Amino acid sequence: MADTAVNKQGNSKKLLGGSQALQQILAFASLIILIIFFSVASENFLTWSNVEGILLSTTVIGILALGTTFVIITGGIDLSIGTGMTLTSVMTGVFIVYLGLPVIVGILGGVLMGGLIGFVSGFSVSILRIPPFIATLAMMMIAEGLSLVISGASPIYFSDVEGFNQIALGSIIPAISVPNAVLIFFVMVIIGWILLSKTIVGRYTFSIGSNEEATRLSGINVKKWKMIIYTIAGCFTGVAGVIMASRLNSAQPSLGMGYELEAIAAVVIGGTSLSGGKGSLIGTMIGALIMSVLTNGLRIMSIPQEWQTVVIGFVILLAVYFDMLRKKGE
Amino acid sequence: MKVKKFLAFLVVLASMLLVLAACGSGDEESSSSDSSSENGQSKEESSDTEADDDKPYIAIISKGFQHQFWQAVQKGAEKAAEEFDVEITFEGPDNESQVDKQIEMLRAALDKDPDAIGFAALDSQASAPLLEDAQEKDIPVVAFDSGVDSDIPITTAATDNYAAAAEAAHQMASLIGEKGKVALVVHDQVSVTGVDRRDGFMETIENEYPNIEVVDTQYGKGDHLESTNLAKTMLQAHPDLAGIYGSNEGSAIGVVNAVQELGKEGEVVVVGFDSGKQQIDAINNGVLSGAITQNPESIGYETVKAAVDALNGEEVPEMIDTGFYWYDSENIEDEEIQAAIYE
Repeated sequence: MADTAVNKQGNSKKLLGGSQALQQILAFASLIILIIFFSVASENFLTWSNVEGILLSTTVIGILALGTTFVIITGGIDLSIGTGMTLTSVMTGVFIVYLGLPVIVGILGGVLMGGLIGFVSGFSVSILRIPPFIATLAMMMIAEGLSLVISGASPIYFSDVEGFNQIALGSIIPAISVPNAVLIFFVMVIIGWILLSKTIVGRYTFSIGSNEEATRLSGINVKKWKMIIYTIAGCFTGVAGVIMASRLNSAQPSLGMGYELEAIAAVVIGGTSLSGGKGSLIGTMIGALIMSVLTNGLRIMSIPQEWQTVVIGFVILLAVYFDMLRKKGE
Repeated sequence: MKVKKFLAFLVVLASMLLVLAACGSGDEESSSSDSSSENGQSKEESSDTEADDDKPYIAIISKGFQHQFWQAVQKGAEKAAEEFDVEITFEGPDNESQVDKQIEMLRAALDKDPDAIGFAALDSQASAPLLEDAQEKDIPVVAFDSGVDSDIPITTAATDNYAAAAEAAHQMASLIGEKGKVALVVHDQVSVTGVDRRDGFMETIENEYPNIEVVDTQYGKGDHLESTNLAKTMLQAHPDLAGIYGSNEGSAIGVVNAVQELGKEGEVVVVGFDSGKQQIDAINNGVLSGAITQNPESIGYETVKAAVDALNGEEVPEMIDTGFYWYDSENIEDEEIQAAIYE
């Protein structure tokens, strides 16, 4: 799906398109192998309710990863998504519980709050010219602090908000008992995929990531588009925040730190290059699924948690190593 | 032009600093002065001034003041003060990040030359020099709650987390009929509370209930979402699980969420630790069978009692277990439980 964008930059279609597809096939194959492995290892792995559990546990990290894929393709990074997500869930709580606004307004408010966080990061990166790592590190801290300040350092509970829990856990299509959060995740994958491969936003995302200077020289307002891209990524953060709040039926102001790294890991495993210019949302989706299948499978096998973390670390190393091999091949 | 601007900026900066300094010293003064002035922020409470010389005076510096937990600690301390006829003051910073404020309070307390000090350190390192002062002046220090990482305190009055977790194990055992599989969701594998609350539960089950098998222990950092996901996986891995124990608020809520998401209410016994709105709700709707709570009133009481004992030249044990409660739908409305739990 990156082909169209890559094409327009005049790169060799065959080589890049081929290796992009190869990476996705590799990632997908690893996912299948993992699933087969765990199914053999434990009879409780491939049950419908466990699969549902895996999908549900993918949603929050997955949606964060989708948003941050955009930023990473531009050659940037966004460290603020973890605590930013917490801030959006706190704001959703403020809108709905403290201010008594309708649930839908609270949800929109949360998503827009995410957009605002992204916009501020984008502004710092493009207008103030602060390196993305530093700008979003600062934003990570600002969001962490603000969540605690706004909530008074105590959780905001949605227990009295009828049906709030159902946003994530209800099932809008009763026939297939899939929680809404999972459906929202897949809808976000589709929205993200359309944005990235069928619209001008996506084209500029790739173009900025491959060669920012060339993009600027060809008359594209790089600053403006970077802000737009960070804002879009922020909206994804907002959606993740709302889902998190709904699933826990509360906004927990002290959570969130560390989620950004898991999301970035999912993006990297999915084959998006941290140096920018290359990547795909389907890859990110597969990356996020690999992370949660791995965690779930190791847990189901009752592997001690310390070792689970070690294994996941190695998987990230391998994924990036293969990615580099692939690039060398080009 | 530029120089002028810069100078103007400097003047503004300097005046701001002055204002801040003035505020700061004002604050300090009011918190170090006696109880007749309250600065509202960090309220100080004393039933009398220290002019009353015949009564021993014990200054207590806690880690907080506004939270219900600390108010219960204070209540217990006041109860003991009345019983043993001593004077106490009880103060603490607004939140647990204000290390500097707490140090300020400790310094002010030392200046008042108390007969004993009760102290729950936010940062043991930062308070070390002041504690050495206290030691030089022969003022006994009683550590409480999480205590002080130093050998200066004569004793520490705190919850015995190991014993409390053992009680959770006994309750779990009786709820599942002393047989079946259980699992643990623990908040941390490194911290003392995490380890004690894990080992207390696990070793009690292993040593005393041969028909109960501990099949899994996982750590969720007390993160609600992570604990939910991992408890859910546990229930998938062991569909015949009879019970799960969550070692703190986030862990217990994670287990409760997992059981609810899988619709296994009533099939799996959940036992928690600490309190909070969601745990109380879960007990009231039956998903959570019960939980262990610390006994903050007893922490306050034992702190003052130990200080009095030390002043009277009596031996005090190195550790004082301040006890805990098991609470469930039966006793949750009891006065002593209500004093110990909070939303």
